Amino acid sequence: MIALLIRDLRLSVRAGGGFGLGLAFFLIVTVLVPFGVGPEEAILAPIAPGILWVGALLACLLSLDRIFQLDYEDGSLDLLATAPLPMEGAVVMKAVAHWLTTGLPLVLAAPVFGALLNMPPEGFLWIMGSLALGTPALSMIGAFGAALTVGLKRGGLLLSLLVLPLYIPTLIFGAEAASRGMAGFEAGTPMLMVAGITLGSLALLPFAAAAALRINLR
Amino acid sequence: MDHVRVKQKRDGWNWLWAWANPVKFMELSGRALPWCVGIAVVTLAVGLIWGFFFTPEAARFGSSVKIIYVHVPTAMMAINIWVMMLVASLIWLIRRHHVSALAAKAAALVGVAMTLAALITGAVWGQPMWGTWWAWDPRLTSFLVLFLFYLGYMALWAAIEDPDTAADLTSVLAIVGSVFALLSRYAVNFWNQGLHQGASLSLDKEENVSDVYWQPLVICLVGFTALFVVLLLVRTRTEVRKRRLHALEMRERMADA
Repeated sequence: MIALLIRDLRLSVRAGGGFGLGLAFFLIVTVLVPFGVGPEEAILAPIAPGILWVGALLACLLSLDRIFQLDYEDGSLDLLATAPLPMEGAVVMKAVAHWLTTGLPLVLAAPVFGALLNMPPEGFLWIMGSLALGTPALSMIGAFGAALTVGLKRGGLLLSLLVLPLYIPTLIFGAEAASRGMAGFEAGTPMLMVAGITLGSLALLPFAAAAALRINLR
Repeated sequence: MDHVRVKQKRDGWNWLWAWANPVKFMELSGRALPWCVGIAVVTLAVGLIWGFFFTPEAARFGSSVKIIYVHVPTAMMAINIWVMMLVASLIWLIRRHHVSALAAKAAALVGVAMTLAALITGAVWGQPMWGTWWAWDPRLTSFLVLFLFYLGYMALWAAIEDPDTAADLTSVLAIVGSVFALLSRYAVNFWNQGLHQGASLSLDKEENVSDVYWQPLVICLVGFTALFVVLLLVRTRTEVRKRRLHALEMRERMADA
């Protein structure tokens, strides 16, 4: 399992893949929003957590098709399927690798981008916390979506149509936790809900994703 | 002893599983279809005409109240059709009955139409009553989310060529999607307070709309359910025929080669 994780990490760093790309995309989204809604602090600051969350979600979506597609094309997914490691374990490791290369950089960069959006410093910890708790769920749900569409030639658009509705609960609770925390309200409940979604997805979705992969490899 | 009892039990359900055999299904559904059409036409005609022309106008709503005879049944069907798709998907995954998978596929388009109808009638009603076509109210938002789930489900069916793979993958999606749709429902409740009224029909009598509106509404509910059954049967029959046609074409091609 660890070997698989290291292999995936190495591939994504060396192959010029999603590692920096997701972060750059996140930056562009963050920069574009003030151009769209105007530079006033009074407008930007309250919507900053929401923008950061939507940006993180889109950046995450961008790199999803890489999770299984390349391995499917060059046949290493078939090898993984016949390996002693259960498919579910492989799926989890793939999702973890995706999170380490996409989700974690977003979490770490969030305060910087928050500052770009005039976010008050009290909010930095909250946005980092909610993203840290929520982005693993995004990677896991995304891995499920990627497993569903792995056999398709042009699965990219379909993948976003399938995955985005599944992201809605995570987005709602995550953005709510960040903006409540920033405004100084009690944010424990949405924070717990985000954590719950992440843990629930990690516990259950590997089975669904592995089932989808097995169907696609048949 | 035990397996005899199991067998007896299974025999008791034979009337249901007979529908799973495509040949039997075509025969049974062919016989049931005229009856369903009859029920749908009669109940819809009675319910809608009674509702539209023979109920009083409500005090604060005027005649706009009558849109509930379309709005409430379509909204109810939108949710119930998703549940039906979930059950059909489970039957397909567990027992591998092709008719079940095809029925789920056939139901999706009816479901998306019902969802859209509920959203549009709601908007038409909301404009004069709430002063807005759309509000990010929990119920409205959940329906929009449900609409998105239907779209994703149908897109997945359309994208995969091999019918069995498509049936398997959409079934998995229906199961996971149901969990997340339910989760979205509660997340949305948490996220925004509502403008929409509570349940129009519930076992708790206090909340119900008054009797004059209630009786035609129930007939409309029956009518829309029957309408769904009719559309479902017709579309499933079409799907079965499409499969047969495909099989015939394949056989011909094999014979030519």
